[in-house]
Amino acid sequence: MAETMVEAPAVKTSFVDEVCSVPGGEAIRSCIQCGMCTGSCPTANNWDYQPRRVIAMVRAGFREELLSSNSMWFCASCYTCTVRCPRDIKPADIMHALEVLAVRSGLSTKQSRTPVMYQCFVDSARGNGRVYELGMMIKLFLKTNPFAAIKLAPVGLGLFLHGRLPLRPTRIKGMKELKAIMDKAKKLGGAK
Amino acid sequence: MKYYSYYPGCSAEATATPLGLSVLPVARALDIDLVELEDWNCCGSTPYNSVNKLEAGAMAARNLALAEKTGLDLVTPCSNCYVVLTSVNTHLKELPDFREKVNEALAAGNLTYDGGVKVRHLAEVLYTDITPEGISSKVTNPLEGLKVASYYGCQLVRPNGFDDPESPHSLDELVASLGAEAVPWELKARCCGSSLIMPEPNVALGLINKLLKNAQERGAQCLVTPCPLCQINLDAYQSQVNSKFNTSYNLPVLFVTQLIGVALGIPAKELALSKNIVSPMGVLAPYL
Ligand code: SF4
Ligand code: SF4
Repeated sequence: MAETMVEAPAVKTSFVDEVCSVPGGEAIRSCIQCGMCTGSCPTANNWDYQPRRVIAMVRAGFREELLSSNSMWFCASCYTCTVRCPRDIKPADIMHALEVLAVRSGLSTKQSRTPVMYQCFVDSARGNGRVYELGMMIKLFLKTNPFAAIKLAPVGLGLFLHGRLPLRPTRIKGMKELKAIMDKAKKLGGAK
Repeated sequence: MKYYSYYPGCSAEATATPLGLSVLPVARALDIDLVELEDWNCCGSTPYNSVNKLEAGAMAARNLALAEKTGLDLVTPCSNCYVVLTSVNTHLKELPDFREKVNEALAAGNLTYDGGVKVRHLAEVLYTDITPEGISSKVTNPLEGLKVASYYGCQLVRPNGFDDPESPHSLDELVASLGAEAVPWELKARCCGSSLIMPEPNVALGLINKLLKNAQERGAQCLVTPCPLCQINLDAYQSQVNSKFNTSYNLPVLFVTQLIGVALGIPAKELALSKNIVSPMGVLAPYL
């Protein structure tokens, strides 16, 4: 029958494979849609699509809908779903994998401030080798909603008055080495 | 004397200063030598792992590589650092491709990591290595009559903590070893909203309100937690909860090292008790 075989068309990586390839996302195929993750999730009420549905949508290939939704950005990384899932899926890790893919494909939602916060955090960590919390907070509010900062100002002031919000960042000594490591990691790229 | 490599984490030097400061005298009193990891960097935390896994892995792995040279267990008092360093450590062991690339990146900074480090949480060291009995034998100011809600938060016990992920008991035992009463309460390992407090304050404030309500209803005079994020949310944002939900909580939230320190007779100043936003001085007065 060999002569009837045709060459397979160039296979585009499916969404589920894409998620599987991010560390922590490997087990998604064995989900039985029991709903334990959704039932356990402390923030699920706010998600465009709740955790169980997120898993179903990955497997059904709803890439754009999902990556542009607010869903995974509400994950607080409490890992309740992960310890309760009967199939060892690690839904929390899948949410993080979806965040990675949303950032990489430029689809991150504007409806949530979390993607911006995460980027501010990353910039801060890369810039000094340590996270500078005050700088990160200011940047987040400037980039999103400066007026929201007014409401939270008393919290910041309280922390400052109790000596818990240093005005200057700490920088590690090995910044040159860290930068070399991070530049190399960036070059090696990809999610793996 | 027990020796460990010590990884404070960024917040222990800023928003969680009372943790960073109180760890040191308590460790000394318990014969724990915490050797700070030379020039450690941010673990990358959850945000970096939600933006780029390889970069986040390389960032965390620099610490693991530095720790490997010491030959000691790497101990952190921060639950988020604990989860992130543990998870990267596991991925480095289980995913050869990931390990290879991370090591290629590390080589650019003249480092290499062979996977030989054990990452541990300070609370686990206190519970497993020092033990409640060991701590109890050093108590000079028993906290008799103090009702404490032990708040585990999430990442100390999930996804791969050392205690029961649903109904943990280690902190309760530590609290009891100090002579205090660990009140039973349902939400002791439920989520406080963690870093969502910044981008999504309404969601996190709702979760914090539930926790404070439950602890108060069960008669707690204060809460105790090992986690920087939990402490900040419950302590620094308590006034926001009060104004949003029309409540009047006045519940001090102590780091577990602060409470242990009081029972060991360490002066309040060394435990940075004045740096807690909701002042614990009232409830602790009888023991200071
Ligand atoms: S708990 Fe696990 S098996 Fe059940 S729906 Fe969620 S991911 Fe699927
Ligand atoms: S880890 Fe995330 S998805 Fe899972 S229960 Fe917690 S908040 Fe929900």
